[in-house]
Amino acid sequence: MIRIFAILAGLFFAAGLAWSFLLGASSYISEPPAKTAVEEYHQHPKELQLASDGAFGRFDNEQLQRGFQVYKEVCSNCHSLRYLAFRDLKDLGYNDDEVKAIAAQWSTKQPTFDPKTGDKGERPNVPADHFPLVYYAGQGTPPDLSLITKARHGGPAYVYSLLTGYQDQPAELLKRFPDAKVPEGLHYNPYFASLAIAMPPPLTADGQVSYGDGTKATRDQMAKDVAAFLVWTAEPSLEKRRQLGWAVLGFLIFATVLTYMAYQNVWAGKKGNH
Amino acid sequence: MSFPWANEYTPTHPFMQWLDAKLPLPRFVYNAVGAGYPVPRNLNYFWNFGVLAGFCLVIQIVTGVILAMHYAANSDIAFASVEHIMRDVNWGWMMRYAHANGASAFFVVVYIHIFRGFFYGSYKAPREMIWLLGVVIFLLMMATAFMGYVLPWGQMSFWGAQVITGLFSAIPIVGNALHTWLLGGFAPDNAALNRFFSLHFLLPFVIVGLVILHIWALHIPGSSNPTGVEVKSESDTVPFHPYYTAKDGFGLGVFLVLYCALVFFFPNYLGHPDNYIPANPMQTPAHIVPEWYFWPFYAILRAFTQNFLFIPAKLMGVLAMFSAILMWFFLPWLDRSPVRSARYRPMYKWFLWVLVVDVVVLGYCGGSPAEEPFVMISQIAAIYYFLHFLVILPIVSSLERPEPLPFSITESVLGRDEQAALGVPA
Ligand code: HEC
Ligand code: HEM
Repeated sequence: MIRIFAILAGLFFAAGLAWSFLLGASSYISEPPAKTAVEEYHQHPKELQLASDGAFGRFDNEQLQRGFQVYKEVCSNCHSLRYLAFRDLKDLGYNDDEVKAIAAQWSTKQPTFDPKTGDKGERPNVPADHFPLVYYAGQGTPPDLSLITKARHGGPAYVYSLLTGYQDQPAELLKRFPDAKVPEGLHYNPYFASLAIAMPPPLTADGQVSYGDGTKATRDQMAKDVAAFLVWTAEPSLEKRRQLGWAVLGFLIFATVLTYMAYQNVWAGKKGNH
Repeated sequence: MSFPWANEYTPTHPFMQWLDAKLPLPRFVYNAVGAGYPVPRNLNYFWNFGVLAGFCLVIQIVTGVILAMHYAANSDIAFASVEHIMRDVNWGWMMRYAHANGASAFFVVVYIHIFRGFFYGSYKAPREMIWLLGVVIFLLMMATAFMGYVLPWGQMSFWGAQVITGLFSAIPIVGNALHTWLLGGFAPDNAALNRFFSLHFLLPFVIVGLVILHIWALHIPGSSNPTGVEVKSESDTVPFHPYYTAKDGFGLGVFLVLYCALVFFFPNYLGHPDNYIPANPMQTPAHIVPEWYFWPFYAILRAFTQNFLFIPAKLMGVLAMFSAILMWFFLPWLDRSPVRSARYRPMYKWFLWVLVVDVVVLGYCGGSPAEEPFVMISQIAAIYYFLHFLVILPIVSSLERPEPLPFSITESVLGRDEQAALGVPA
């Protein structure tokens, strides 16, 4: 009895699926879905190699400091870094006084509220403060950048490609997809999911920042440096994680070899399945 | 239970004798996973996965309890509290990655464990109860994992919760009221997050209880084995300890190497980047996908794109998705072949391998956007999935002619001649 019910239920589901399939397939054949501008023109991130890549990767502190400088002088006008505190910058090789100075001179101040008078005010940042939130009046909402390299496919390569990917909208695209014309106030960027991004090109000219370590601040270099910096902000414990990982794996492989020997030893002389 | 030749627990130390007389807990352990449990001598590595599943459950509970000490179940700060764990809590990043990837490891292990059941017919009499409890455990695991994924309150957390709880609104008449009641609102919000946290904390302990029942039920008939032939005599078995404790120890080592490689080197590989974006009810992600272990079932849900016999497509999808697992409860009675192990079932074996490929295809489609050709492929794959369990299995078992079984486990291990030399009755 139960088998008869089962067979009927199975045929019921199969028929429902076959019906969906037939209708879906026939409309797929009669009106094949048209390609969209995004499908045709969206590009995968460019290759980007960073010192922190791979299982043995280490952060390059000089590069991270340069990237921080780009963030400070360019991106921080619009983007916050709310999950980081100024004191975290010590990881990049800044000493206590430098961190104190960076915090004190940070252009966006910490908001204050006096509960006695109801006055709202501002005070300078201290190393224990998290980076302050930034308010942006222009078009679009600049996302917080703390986690951006974990929050996008491609991570740092995506950030790098996005920053260097601004260009004029191809004429061919406009001819084939007139509706896909980039709206007023947005910018064409083939690495952005919708191809039209609200962020104005932030890195516009070589030498936009002047690096203290003598590295030439080309647009490409600045984009790489800030991408590398944003790998660190997304996961400051990255290096520690991998170092510990090697120790853990080394120990476990050793222990597993021992357990294998123990296993063979216990079963020696006993026929089974070992 | 147990076979008459099982070793008896005989404590020698006076304290252990005293304890045994007052509370025979060591005796219980000895009989459950010690030298007092005779186990077939021919188990292969597929039999390691039950113990591994138990170990995963322990990992999840230990890391989960620690995470709960630092996590804040409030929709305003849940996301930030997870980042606080990642950045400020000592070893917090390790606990979080261990827990998130522990869930994936748990599902890998349990899927292999379930496959073992399909292949070696472990669900058949006299082990139906073990199987039924296993399916309940699996359902609870899925519920637990789903609610756990909501807790970090990222974009996929929020939208996954939205989609999955939205399924309840497909139920006729009461659906909408039920949906609002379950969520404590019209959409996932603080109320939903709090109850999910509460249940996510509770359910693993319910699973612990069910695992105890699962193992208790296992100890009545004893473990099955790759031949599917029941234990007949003492020479068919070895004591669990030290034989299988040693083998399980080695299995655990291999498991930990792979698991730690994931945790320390690819901790975000199995996750979705969107879940590092804080939940935003005003912005739908381009593709809403659940975690990989739900993909085959998600593909079945989305495969129903047309109303059928006046049943709305969405309701069909929901019915099918739940049936895809619930029908496993009937497996012991759908498969009428007296032979357990697929080794000796020439037809069933092939259908089962097709099913494995089929589930992988379904999984691939479930993780892809709901576009062609994935929808059409998942429709075909879902047809096979249902036909396999509900139509092919009952029929094939009466058509197929099984190959000859070995007389006993001992014979299958030693061969006929050596067994005769040992004087074991053939
Ligand atoms: C003038 C303000 C402004 C500056 C300066 C700026 N951004 Fe943006 N950024 C935006 C806005 C607005 C968006 C939102 C774009 C959208 O959603 O269309 C954005 C988005 C982004 C995104 C996310 C894109 C996505 O996939 O959603 C990244 C990454 C980014 N900016 C990086 C940077 C970096 C790195 C810098 C510094 C080199 C920088 N931005 C400087 C305004 C700015
Ligand atoms: C929390 C999850 C689970 C744990 C901790 C667990 C644990 C175990 C353990 C320790 C065993 C004995 C060792 C072995 O034979 O592998 C076992 C056996 C078994 N389990 Fe599970 N299990 C879990 C989930 C499941 C699920 C989801 C199913 C099926 C849907 C299942 C079905 C079975 C069956 C049929 C057996 C007996 C197998 C045999 O002896 O041939 N289990 N389980």
